[in-house]
Amino acid sequence: MSTQGIITGIVANLVLIQVDGPVAQNEICNIDLEGTKLKAEIIKINGDIAYVQVFENTAGLKVGHTASFTGHMLEVTLGPGMLSKRYDGLQNDLELIEGLFLERGSSSPALDENAVWHFHPLAKIGDTVGAADWLGEVKEGWINHKIMVPFKFPGQGTIVSTAAEGEYKARDTMAVIKDSKGVTHNVSMIMTWPVKITPKFYADKPRPSKIFETGVRVIDTLNPMVEGGTGFIPGPFGCGKTVLQHALSKYADADLIIIVACGERANEVVEIFTEFPELDDPRTGRKLMERTIIICNTSNMPVASREASVYTGMTIAEYYRSMGLKVLLLADSTSRWAQALREMSNRMEELPGPDAFPMDLPAIIANFYSRAGYVHLNNGQSGSITFIGTVSPAGGNLKEPVTESTKKAARAFYALSQARADSKRYPAIDPIESYSKYLEYSEVIENMNTTIEAGWIDKVTALKDMLLRGKEVKDQINILGDDGVPVHYHDIFWKSELIDAIILQQDAFDKVDCSTPLSRQKYMAKLVLDICQAKFTFENFEEVTHYFKKMINNLKQMNYQEFDSSSFKKFRQKHDDVLSERKSAS
Amino acid sequence: MKTQAFQKIYTKIDNITKATCTITAEGIGNLEMAFVDNRPAQVVKIFGNKVTLQVFPGTENIATNSEVVFLGRGPTLKVGDELRGRFFDAYGNVIDGGPDIEGEEVEINGPTINPVRRKQPSELIATGIAGIDLNNTLVTGQKIPFFADPDQPFNQVMADVALRAKADLIVLGGMGMSNDDYLYYKAIFDNAGALDRIICFMNTTENPPVERLLIPDMSLTAAEHFAIKHNMKVLVLLTDMTLYADALSIVSNRMDQIPSKDSMPGSLYSDLAKIYEKAAQFPDGGSITIIAVTTLSGGDITHAIPDNTGYITEGQLYLRRDTDIGKVIIDPFRSLSRLKQLVIGKKTRADHPQVMNAAVRLYSDAANAKTKQENGFDLTEYDKRSLNFAKEYSEHLLAIDVNIDIDTMLQIAWQLFAKYFSKDEVGIKQEIVDQFWPQDEQWLDGQAELTKQNS
Repeated sequence: MSTQGIITGIVANLVLIQVDGPVAQNEICNIDLEGTKLKAEIIKINGDIAYVQVFENTAGLKVGHTASFTGHMLEVTLGPGMLSKRYDGLQNDLELIEGLFLERGSSSPALDENAVWHFHPLAKIGDTVGAADWLGEVKEGWINHKIMVPFKFPGQGTIVSTAAEGEYKARDTMAVIKDSKGVTHNVSMIMTWPVKITPKFYADKPRPSKIFETGVRVIDTLNPMVEGGTGFIPGPFGCGKTVLQHALSKYADADLIIIVACGERANEVVEIFTEFPELDDPRTGRKLMERTIIICNTSNMPVASREASVYTGMTIAEYYRSMGLKVLLLADSTSRWAQALREMSNRMEELPGPDAFPMDLPAIIANFYSRAGYVHLNNGQSGSITFIGTVSPAGGNLKEPVTESTKKAARAFYALSQARADSKRYPAIDPIESYSKYLEYSEVIENMNTTIEAGWIDKVTALKDMLLRGKEVKDQINILGDDGVPVHYHDIFWKSELIDAIILQQDAFDKVDCSTPLSRQKYMAKLVLDICQAKFTFENFEEVTHYFKKMINNLKQMNYQEFDSSSFKKFRQKHDDVLSERKSAS
Repeated sequence: MKTQAFQKIYTKIDNITKATCTITAEGIGNLEMAFVDNRPAQVVKIFGNKVTLQVFPGTENIATNSEVVFLGRGPTLKVGDELRGRFFDAYGNVIDGGPDIEGEEVEINGPTINPVRRKQPSELIATGIAGIDLNNTLVTGQKIPFFADPDQPFNQVMADVALRAKADLIVLGGMGMSNDDYLYYKAIFDNAGALDRIICFMNTTENPPVERLLIPDMSLTAAEHFAIKHNMKVLVLLTDMTLYADALSIVSNRMDQIPSKDSMPGSLYSDLAKIYEKAAQFPDGGSITIIAVTTLSGGDITHAIPDNTGYITEGQLYLRRDTDIGKVIIDPFRSLSRLKQLVIGKKTRADHPQVMNAAVRLYSDAANAKTKQENGFDLTEYDKRSLNFAKEYSEHLLAIDVNIDIDTMLQIAWQLFAKYFSKDEVGIKQEIVDQFWPQDEQWLDGQAELTKQNS
């Protein structure tokens, strides 16, 4: 008989329950509101009173209503069939919830247990296995979905029997495993796992080294992300955070994309719902939706499940990583998650930290980011979770608690700048403020030497230096006037403008320019760098301006053409002509 | 207030503060409505048998033996087709002297629409104002506020937008509106012969501030009825959301909650999102579009109210006085419509996105030139051209008194490009330039003449 309770107090979605037996911190209970089940999570226990946060609206709830405790924490259900699903923060399949509105207490199963999968065994009878080891695989879309020993399996065990190759339902027994105590376990394709516990079932987690291609030039060329890396994008509203995240989710070089829409606008998710089933994934030729899972807990959905949604997304990512896949996890926005923590901490009357956020916010954020990473699995394969979160700093001020805590946890920082957004220089990633710590990793430099070209890091540094000098010179010109500085100052300034226009700025809505493969980025970087390092002769600053504007316009047209197409070559030829007009013989 | 059967009535109040009172009662539901000494109140906290009620009009003169009557339900609105053309207070009571509404009683603050049932907004809302239609195109199902200082003419612009937008129904939710502005709206809708497509929920400065908290939910409950039952295009105007948020902070303060930034409650984001996210394109053709006003203090958008709003809404519109032309314009730099990408170049001419961006870029060159000029530096020949361009651009396209269709706006923009710049300087994709670069340089002058005659 599970623990039961009676409600004794209600303040918004914080409810006090008097319990008749043992309960655990973070245990889930179901409150019975005259037949409607409201899910809730214990967040504090005092004597026989459990403080729970309810994942739904508590209107009409009364003292005296009953609750029944489940004996486990918030869990997700893991198995084949999650690809292209649209879940809410608690992993209800939104498609299966009937009606136009999400009525209180509505829920739906995360997986279709009646679906039939073609199972192909990978392990043999007598094999010694532990949690997350592969038993077999089924084809889920284009992914070889591994059927694994459940994450909850205790220690090592021996396979007693496995299912033969053939068609099975998800709940059928695929293997029988005897654990070290001699207890046998029937293993199906489905397992559960509590979202707030990190499943560490891999051999080791080395420093990431491989470049993770996103197709966004300002990231790939200047501040690269790596497979298994972490990054974050803070920016005031209206700076293009969402457009950037959508670009990443469309073109990044990953096997699987998990998007957590955490407390953001519903129409943004609708855009993904509408576009992704139509857009082609250039890697597989299938539709983008087929490599995507969306966890959708928009800003008007319950606050408590907003907090759960990022963990749900991470746990699903960890599950797929254990299959040796390259997963990209995007969360928009982690600030909304932090706000959910704040609302609860506030209702619990905890002493507040900075800006009324809970004191342990930095620890919670750091812990979450640490779940990403590149891992070697026990069988020698590798998998990765690359995590990029957005942060919505209050008032665009980067000195607020969520941004500061995230800065300590994430290794790459893509700062969106209001000034760039105002002048419509998109993506508005500030090239000088932003950084990628991965550029300092010797492993990453080595990887770039082999995958891009030898000495690539020097080119990246040269481009960054030019941008910085351009900014310094710009300040001088602003103070002294166009005539008050030597002509070569204008030359420096316009060279940095050229880098800005051709490499940094990218048209997310143009069918060619929206994504640039690394090979093309290499080509353009070299072209731009050659110009920056060339010497030109000018009589006066107006000549400089005019000349560079012409050059920029031409190179911009190149960005809009298919790579190496005849029109691309035409603009390249035109560019060479322009270049020879003024380039001094060196 | 008539008492009905099965209502729970209490006559002993244990505790009274400025805004709340606490009584000993059993079987009361969270957020249930009640009357305390005939004043509307709502349950906000329950501990054991202690029930705390927030009394909307305040607790002045409430006695320990005042009568407390529980209604056994949350706040409701009677919805029906008769709502059209009528004026109500924050509780949904008729204030225009007409008959009471007979209709289905529904709880306000209804459930959230399932995101997978939403349709992607795709229908353009034409307002005739180029600062909106050309640069910040609005779409049905969108939510967007005006960020305006109190002295700016946002009420006029909003009324223009509402009347020109060809909505099937306009719901006006007024929060802390001055009586003068209320009468202004009433008159302007009346003059336009639009009263039968208006529903109005009004809390003026003469009403208690906390009552405002009900206005958005009332307005949106009415809007949902028409958008879902009758598949109508409903436009909801909410003004002023800053005063709504102020009321939230009053309540949270009286409930002893720890304030976060700018004395606002920590839940401000969720509270505002719950309202704005009611904007939606429904699957059967109906839609709710929200245009709101958030007044700023000295243009400060880092304050918690505009800041949180900006993260929720799909863009924002700024008004600014352009002293060069002596008119109020829609500021092209800071204004943004996030949903414009869904319609521009798709429902409008293919050159729309590029023209829009190029014009704003050139306008920003002019802003730089202006800074230079103010700092006493010599202007280049390009600077001078861009300044002249900016002036005409502002006059013909950004000013709020413009009323033309989008093709004409594009045409004007091209004419201005050709008048002041070379093809290289506009930075537009070559094939578009080739197609649209104007041949007839005189066209604009003729157009200006036309506009003059029309106005």
